[in-house]
Amino acid sequence: MTQTAIAEHADEHHPTSFVSKYIWSQDHKVIAIQYSITAIFVGLVALVLSGLMRLQLGFPDQFSFINPESYLQFVTMHGMIMVVYLLTALLLGGFGNYLIPLMIGARDMVFPLLNMLSYWTYLLSVIVLLASFFVPGGPTGAGWTLYPPQAILPGTPGADWGILLMLISLGIFIVAFTMGGLNYVCTILQARTKGMTLMRMPLTIWGIFVATVMGLLAFPALLVSAIMMMMDKVVGTSFFMPAIISMGETLDHTGGSPILFQHLFWFFGHPEVYIVALPAFGIVSDILATHARKNIFGYRMMVWAIVVIGLLSFVVWAHHMYVSGMNPYFGFFFATTTLIIAVPTALKVYNWILTLWKGNIQLTVPMLFAIGFIFTFIHGGLSGLFLGNVVIDLPLSDTYFVVGHFHMVMGLSPILVLYAALYHWFPKVTGRMLHTGLGKIHFWTTLVGAYSVFLPMHYLGILGLPRRYFGMAGTDYIPESAQLLNANITVAAIIVAVVQLVFIVNVIISLRSGQKAPANPWGATTLEWQTPDNPPKHGNWGPEAPVVYRWAYDFSVPGAKDDFIPQNVPNSAVEVTDAAAFAEAGK
Amino acid sequence: MAIAIIILLLIIGTVIFHFISPWYFTPLASNWSAIDNTVELTFWITGIVFVAVNLFLVYVLFRYRSRPGLKAEYEPENKKLEGWLTLATTIGIAAMLAPGLYVWGQFVKPPDNAIQVEAVGQQWHWSYRFPGEDGVLGKVDTRLVREDNPFGIDPTDPAGQDDILIFSNELVLPLDQPVKMLLRSKDVLHNFTVPQFRVKMDMVPGISSFLWFTPTRTGVFDLMCEELCGIGHYAMRGRVVVKEPDEFKRWLARQVTFAQTQSRSAGDAALGRAQYMVCAACHGPQGEGNEGLHAPRLAGQDLWYLQRQLKNYQHGVRGTTEGDVFGGQMIAMANLVSDEQSMQHLLAYIGSLPEPARAKADGDLRRGQQLYRNCMHCHGEQAEGSFHMNAPRLAGLEPWYLSRQIVYFRDRVRGGHPDDFYGAQMSLLVQSLRSEEDIDDLVAYINSLQPAQLARRD
Repeated sequence: MTQTAIAEHADEHHPTSFVSKYIWSQDHKVIAIQYSITAIFVGLVALVLSGLMRLQLGFPDQFSFINPESYLQFVTMHGMIMVVYLLTALLLGGFGNYLIPLMIGARDMVFPLLNMLSYWTYLLSVIVLLASFFVPGGPTGAGWTLYPPQAILPGTPGADWGILLMLISLGIFIVAFTMGGLNYVCTILQARTKGMTLMRMPLTIWGIFVATVMGLLAFPALLVSAIMMMMDKVVGTSFFMPAIISMGETLDHTGGSPILFQHLFWFFGHPEVYIVALPAFGIVSDILATHARKNIFGYRMMVWAIVVIGLLSFVVWAHHMYVSGMNPYFGFFFATTTLIIAVPTALKVYNWILTLWKGNIQLTVPMLFAIGFIFTFIHGGLSGLFLGNVVIDLPLSDTYFVVGHFHMVMGLSPILVLYAALYHWFPKVTGRMLHTGLGKIHFWTTLVGAYSVFLPMHYLGILGLPRRYFGMAGTDYIPESAQLLNANITVAAIIVAVVQLVFIVNVIISLRSGQKAPANPWGATTLEWQTPDNPPKHGNWGPEAPVVYRWAYDFSVPGAKDDFIPQNVPNSAVEVTDAAAFAEAGK
Repeated sequence: MAIAIIILLLIIGTVIFHFISPWYFTPLASNWSAIDNTVELTFWITGIVFVAVNLFLVYVLFRYRSRPGLKAEYEPENKKLEGWLTLATTIGIAAMLAPGLYVWGQFVKPPDNAIQVEAVGQQWHWSYRFPGEDGVLGKVDTRLVREDNPFGIDPTDPAGQDDILIFSNELVLPLDQPVKMLLRSKDVLHNFTVPQFRVKMDMVPGISSFLWFTPTRTGVFDLMCEELCGIGHYAMRGRVVVKEPDEFKRWLARQVTFAQTQSRSAGDAALGRAQYMVCAACHGPQGEGNEGLHAPRLAGQDLWYLQRQLKNYQHGVRGTTEGDVFGGQMIAMANLVSDEQSMQHLLAYIGSLPEPARAKADGDLRRGQQLYRNCMHCHGEQAEGSFHMNAPRLAGLEPWYLSRQIVYFRDRVRGGHPDDFYGAQMSLLVQSLRSEEDIDDLVAYINSLQPAQLARRD
């Protein structure tokens, strides 16, 4: 029904030269790999930055290359890179690109050229961002939230060049995201293969789909605020700038509102949390079902939860601003919407665990990461109930509790899912398995290490340790032991950071000499594992596109011989051991 | 199997950590026990859910781990179970939200008997204003800020004349009196946080925000800025001192009103000349300084800064810390100008002295320039100093004196007195200088700077 004419003729356009195959490629799989490698590279930069900032916090004043200026620059660039340039880009640009056409049975994205432009534009935004490390004054140190007025005034690192490059880079990123995002949405709506109804789509695709729609609605708010701030900085407008005495000098600005920026930023920023979370939710659902050999529990509710979370996430943004000085009566509304969003989120957690319940749990490396995610996400979700409840935010806002919370819920959790996904789909992408032993070392150290980094931070926050402080000396209410704890956190953080090299090594070793992967090593039902070639070639499906007969979760169907039935296998082709039971399950 | 055990251990570890953690709320010092109770309630509800859900996860992982012959069940949906889970979750959420909103309802409505106090934030200092006898704070406008009117009070507003101004990072408040803090900022976002009071609010340029609390315990509490405000953010420390109402009244009575700050008369340099003769013995007839006598250069220094230091000596804020021998010598000297008028004369005379020639300093100017980046925001690109930033002029000070003060700040010989806010701030800031070499290079760079004009600040 939605088979496109373009797809039928895909064979005629196979690229031939190295450049058109791997550089200026329009193949969604190559673009996905380009996106992934770039995102992981820039993510490693951000990882190093976090190590540097932890060195200062754990062992203050020991390292001459860290001063208040560079510390704030590390904090800012770490945050922005991780949220936007790693998580968003890797989940949507990387996994979205790779999985959408394969999972819905399409031959490619509907706009392959646009897809290619999306990657190269993204790469440009990364280059502009990294360039800010080399301009006079260095990158901006305004915090990843880039709040004006301080982001563009002296007294903040990088207030001249750094902030401009940051804003320009964000603008370019948003252009790239919009090109990619429109493509994903159109492809999912238009290019599904025969039989792939919306309610038969794997949850991965649902997560990516809703997240992309959200991104298309949310990123423009960031774009306009970036443009407005740039105008305040360069042309002297006063969108966000009231009358100000900066460093003793009266500025020409008047009448602007710094809080307006915060509203725009968080109108983007809160959906952004779910732009990262929803694809992760979808991916983890599919990995849990596959490796537990059991259907996802409550598929329809899972789909609706994704949609409802997506909608609600646009009416909760000001819970980041309870203590911003906005009208305090807003607190009633935003606390209520924020806590309501916890209901569908909690249901998703229940359904993941109920998917494992009565399953046949295979403790593969991707499964371990997925289970680790459930644990850290429960923790991060529950600590969110503190911060969302407006009055509890009064003591905890802007402390290490916030740092602990969001790292648990949108740092560690999505990254565990990303690793689960990388271990899960690596055989499909490369044709080789990742090494299991190295994978387990990587998993255990990351889970236990990162948990012992972020759990204690909550308690430092309750104690009242403010975030974004270069040094804590000179406070009476903070006991000496807090410094000891901080030192321990730093040691754990460095260990976790170093262990990520194990993953890189695993990838390199496995690419060169890893065990050859069978076509469907995990016994998965979704279409990407049913390609005629492994890894799939350009056009994905050979001469005939697949036809879908069932949902993505026919695992352990009673009466069937195998414990999984791929989506493209009709009932008539299923090997049955107990025909009556099989017919009964079909109802 | 291992995963079930490890997650079980993480659950147990988390619970133990929670109960034995010495890092928890600081002892409450305000009326906001309701906030602590809401947090406590939330801890119980979320804690029980955390343990219950994760224990179920552990059970499932253990019970349904793959074994030969195990086959998963096929159960796509269970509407009843999903319905119950939705209901239970909703109830749990409501149980946390309802008390939270109730307490928030109290927070947004300050009581009628609350006194108003204004806190003003700027990079990286605090100042405060009380309404005076009329109980009304005068109108302010950031564009009216001048050296003789740092609060930007509208001189034409009669309500502002009796406003009591606190030119210090320290705020004194009366015990058991509800206080509505009105918050504003002169430059960027700041935040008013006293951890023991539990409440906090941003200070936003262009608008006035508020929070309220009733101090319930006398004592001295750290005031923190908790909204990133630039490189000095971590050093933007203030202090709230809660005193018995009588003591508070006496303290308030000692502070100046806006009208008083407007009527101060300027000093007369000719009269100050005689007073300076005492100073000349060490600081030199032209205020040029004398390293042998450990006397810094005075000529060219900002007069507001000299005045502050003289008062610091007089009040024992400077020169009393252990190790500050030369500062100690200044105390008796400073007391010679203990009345306001003679101090103004003296300052006027020092202000009339010509700037002497520069000394030489060896050091790597390029490194020094890098290091100075952290200083320039307050002290100025040419080290010319800034009244508004409470940062004295550094250009022209002799290298030996600069290095010695940096070392003093680093070792808390200077800045160790609890009332020396700016000194304490410098102690935090000089920590980014890690070695003697750093200090030499920085001092050499500062010494090379030549501010275009000698700004005279009376």
